[in-house]
Amino acid sequence: MTWVLGNLPLIGDLLVQHIVFSLVPVVIGLVLAIPLGWLADRTRAGRTIVINLSGLLYTIPSLALFVFLPAILGTSILDPINVIVALSVYTVALLVRTIADALSAVPDLVVNSATAMGFTPARRFVGVDLPLAIPVIVAGLRVAAVSSISLVTVGSTVGFGGLGRMFTDGFQRVITAEIIAGIVLVLVLALVVDTLLVQGGKALTPWERAGETVRRGVEA
Amino acid sequence: MNYLGWLVDGANWGGPQGITQRLIEHLGYTALTMVIALVVAVPLGAWIGHRSTSTGGFVVSGANGLRALPTLGLLVLLVTWIGLGFTGPLIALLVLGIPPILAGTYAGIRNVDRAIVDAATGMGMRGKDVLLKVELPNALPLIIGGIRSSLLQVVSTATIAAYVGLGGLGRFIFDGLAQRDFPQMIGGSILVAVLAVALDLVFGGLQKLLVSPGLQAAPRGPRRLRAVPSPKQQTPAAEAA
Repeated sequence: MTWVLGNLPLIGDLLVQHIVFSLVPVVIGLVLAIPLGWLADRTRAGRTIVINLSGLLYTIPSLALFVFLPAILGTSILDPINVIVALSVYTVALLVRTIADALSAVPDLVVNSATAMGFTPARRFVGVDLPLAIPVIVAGLRVAAVSSISLVTVGSTVGFGGLGRMFTDGFQRVITAEIIAGIVLVLVLALVVDTLLVQGGKALTPWERAGETVRRGVEA
Repeated sequence: MNYLGWLVDGANWGGPQGITQRLIEHLGYTALTMVIALVVAVPLGAWIGHRSTSTGGFVVSGANGLRALPTLGLLVLLVTWIGLGFTGPLIALLVLGIPPILAGTYAGIRNVDRAIVDAATGMGMRGKDVLLKVELPNALPLIIGGIRSSLLQVVSTATIAAYVGLGGLGRFIFDGLAQRDFPQMIGGSILVAVLAVALDLVFGGLQKLLVSPGLQAAPRGPRRLRAVPSPKQQTPAAEAA
């Protein structure tokens, strides 16, 4: 505990680093996964490729991906970009499948109604399909964000920053309090981000709750 | 820099610190962990699922919550407490490897169509027979799914365990880092990735072999083939008969 109180500024810096390293990839991954998910939902070949490739990418252990990305990207071996790219790859692999499934679960009736009302395909995708897919996308984002927050720490074994530093430093200098504080911070950060995603998802889909109220009203 | 040079150099494959030896170590840690995890998690998950109490839900939520637990933090904490050696990493591997199998087995047993279980009971099968001959075979897709995610977690964590002094393929990554030998690091990471993909493919194949063909077309969900048509689909002629 003394260690924690004496090193609050350091912990703060590591926390900020950790948030950047873990959440920027989730945002990048989401932005890339939406068009890819659309493609996978539209074409049979796209779906086969996406499902197999995302499964394959998700199989690669994080430490291995952190280390051999430089060989592909041509970056320096300790460049933070490697972590960002690696975690973006995991997020895309996870979300593409989720988004493709969510899009294909949008009822045909709704899609046809939108078309009949004169929605162009592009406007229908943004205005109808995507909003209806939000609950499933949020569920995927929660898994991606929580995994990402936990995985960043692995990078500290090969010199990357973030809260994982508290594990490597605590291990080398045998400061148990530092290791435990690191674990607690990672868990708390994951919990906070998870809660924010759930609340954000609810705020974006007011119709989900409206449906519940109406149903409850009818039952009463 | 020639990254692949290290990997294809025969001199790096033999000897007590060669690729072959490290691969055997890595597979050894993985196999030992998986055997213990299977012996603990499959019977426990099956028992909790079979007893059909509502208290089993914590198993699944616990397994999901574990995703947030940083592997490295758990490893270094256990090694700091227990000391260097295999015990600390083994406990960490088990903590990460057991929950996916437990959750998969539990969910698999719970998701078995109640009508199938009722039919088995109706045919005179006892609790043990229902579990072993009906519920477990029907739950197999989800059980093997759980084993596969557990296996990936264990292979991945066994790599990181090299950081706390264990052998295995992770050694090349950390030794390469210490010696600034990047081809060795990258070669090691490629080996880890190939091992993980290969093991996953083996278990994917095993899933195809072991799971009853009747379950493979529609592993779950409402679109199950039914031998008896639902009342709506019955033709007037059938009703008249």
